[in-house]
Amino acid sequence: MLKTFKLGGIHPEENKISKNSPIEEIEAPETAYILMNQNLGAPSVPVVSKGDKVKIGQLIAKGEAFISAFVHSPVSGTVAAVDTHVDATGYKRTAIIINKEGDEWVDGVDLSDKLNSKITASKEEILEIIKDSGIVGLGGATFPAHVKLMVPKDKKAEYLIVNGVECEPYLTSDYRLMLEKADEIVVGVRLLMKALDVPKAIIAIENNKPDAIEHMKNKTVSYPEILIEALKVKYPQGAEKQLIYSLLKREVPSGKLPIEVGCVVQNIGTTFAVYEAVQKNKPLIERIVTVTGKKVKKPSNFKVRIGTPVSTLIEKVGGIPEGSGKVISGGPMMGKSLADLNTPVVKGTSGIVIFDEKESKRNVTYNCIRCARCTDVCPMGLQPYLLSNAVENNAWDIAEKNKVMDCIECGSCHYTCPSNRPLVDNLRIGKAKVGEIIRNRKN
Amino acid sequence: MMNLLTVSGSPHIHGNQNVKKIMWQVVLALMPAMLVSFWYFGLSAILLTVISVTGAVVVEYLIAKFLLKTTPTVGDGSAVITGLLLAFNVPSSLPWWEMLIGVTFAIGVAKMAYGGLGKNPFNPAIAGRIFMLVSFPVDMTTWPKPGLPFNTLNFSVDGLTGPTSLGILKERVGENISSISAQLPDYMTMFIGEKGGSLGEVSAAAIILGGLFLLFRRIISWHIPISFLLSAFVFAGILYLVDDTQYINPMFHLLAGGLMLGAFFMATDMVTSPMSKTGQIVFGVGCGLLTILIRVWGAYPEGVSFAILIMNAFTPLINKMFKPKSFGR
Repeated sequence: MLKTFKLGGIHPEENKISKNSPIEEIEAPETAYILMNQNLGAPSVPVVSKGDKVKIGQLIAKGEAFISAFVHSPVSGTVAAVDTHVDATGYKRTAIIINKEGDEWVDGVDLSDKLNSKITASKEEILEIIKDSGIVGLGGATFPAHVKLMVPKDKKAEYLIVNGVECEPYLTSDYRLMLEKADEIVVGVRLLMKALDVPKAIIAIENNKPDAIEHMKNKTVSYPEILIEALKVKYPQGAEKQLIYSLLKREVPSGKLPIEVGCVVQNIGTTFAVYEAVQKNKPLIERIVTVTGKKVKKPSNFKVRIGTPVSTLIEKVGGIPEGSGKVISGGPMMGKSLADLNTPVVKGTSGIVIFDEKESKRNVTYNCIRCARCTDVCPMGLQPYLLSNAVENNAWDIAEKNKVMDCIECGSCHYTCPSNRPLVDNLRIGKAKVGEIIRNRKN
Repeated sequence: MMNLLTVSGSPHIHGNQNVKKIMWQVVLALMPAMLVSFWYFGLSAILLTVISVTGAVVVEYLIAKFLLKTTPTVGDGSAVITGLLLAFNVPSSLPWWEMLIGVTFAIGVAKMAYGGLGKNPFNPAIAGRIFMLVSFPVDMTTWPKPGLPFNTLNFSVDGLTGPTSLGILKERVGENISSISAQLPDYMTMFIGEKGGSLGEVSAAAIILGGLFLLFRRIISWHIPISFLLSAFVFAGILYLVDDTQYINPMFHLLAGGLMLGAFFMATDMVTSPMSKTGQIVFGVGCGLLTILIRVWGAYPEGVSFAILIMNAFTPLINKMFKPKSFGR
């Protein structure tokens, strides 16, 4: 019996169309748009201004708040503007716009492909480099990595969990990374273990990627402290709390972080970024992005500079197919549909999925028939139908009492609802409103 | 191009279930019982079923269009289910206009007056049946015997009526069970369905077949039917063990009357049954206990409808008391 989480879950069609496409590096964009809200928490603050010359890897924005992150230039050239640019939500946000000139890196970056597995940095140095390199969770949630690694004094980290689950349909960037950069990932894991001072690490992979599981097992034979765990294919297996439960049968208490049960979770991509930062002195300026869709000519996995417009990636796979209706940044379960393809790749962009018109439309909504499927599939044990009704009736007290804040927005409820009710939409509204009420109460 | 892109919240993919599919699968699951009723009760059964189903659809359509002024959704199949179930709950000798009044009440009052599908607190078919039971008590409790298929192809059922198994039991309450037993059909007959009773409830076998289909297709879960049947069986079994001269074998209770139909098709109505699995078990047990309670000590020979209706009333309370276990709390 493969391990899995206990409550709810669904199994959408996997559609990993791009799984056999090796990672392909694409050139830096002529103009890079670097958004300042690439991480969860406070936006970064620009430290360059119009006309400044920058090199690749140079610090261009600082995370000044506790939960924030540094940002580095993905190209060399001149800062054309510190202005606004459209982000994945369709809003304009502060962005640094850089025109590319040449290909000049900051000093000290090791650009060779040679594996550097010798760990010389101390625990403190590793933590500092991770912070200085602007590494955030690359799974999509973009929580700053260094903040996760700062274990409060009264807590103890027992396990590092490396999330290679990639349970979103279509996405294959983590999968390709595991196949192609396993040695580097293992070094990254060891670095994170040292930074956290934990005796054990578990790399979790869904069982629909047997070759990745096998490959990672081979690469870790000489590291008995690193365990590879195959998990049952069930969405949302890659959600932090569900993942911890699947592996260790520990329940992160409501409203708390994984460290409460002795765990720190980092994504596979993040682990690779940690390797590059610590061992190669390379800040986070690029990432792997899956660009795919059923009608897409050449479904691909790209190594892309942050700041590259999504439209550029789409050109690389043969353009928008005839009859397309929706472009999603991220996976189809939790990603955002883009209103504007000029939006750039950010640190959290795991994939671009293109749907045809038929797939894009939402089905007609019916009355709730109280079939309880939404409660059956909710991995948090919530009652989405009830919360959704509460939100529609502005009954914020009922929404709060029924734990709307616990919702992880995985979308399983809407996916399974035979009446097609926009449950997640409503729950998001509920979370925003109830969150505001709770904050006001505290003040 | 850019302006044509759909922008909507996640998730962007949807599972393959929808209300229509679910409802029409329930209709499909009701087919074996329907065909059995046609076989045993002939043309009158066909006529009543057609009137009930058509009546349900037409009444719902008219109310939605002209009273509620919404787009009618009769195509979703839920009105067809109510029509079928209500026809299943009447004797084949029922006058057609009584059927029509019954189905008008079921759809018009018990369903549409609350706002239509999903909003009704009581199962419309059961509400309709009980309305008919109190409105036309004699016609609703006179059951033609199931004839052999081809000699009942007529509307005259005079001389063929007889009490149902539960009716026999109720009429002769106080007598020693063994003296009654001779008049009761044997279990195999009851299972196959050649016994007196309402149209769709005579054949346990046909209903179980449909029920298994629903379970297999995951339209319903086992929680309500199993807890319903099991609690009825256990409760009746305890009575039987206490005094087998007064109380009949629990097997009889399982196969008689509308217990199977109620357990698989009426109590499992999504709209009117609890949401959590624990709640569903509580609901099922309540139905089972009340059914036996009413059958044994109540004024009516049959208790399934009343039991489900009463438990429907408790559904909101059960929903409040038995919530799913939440993660991390």
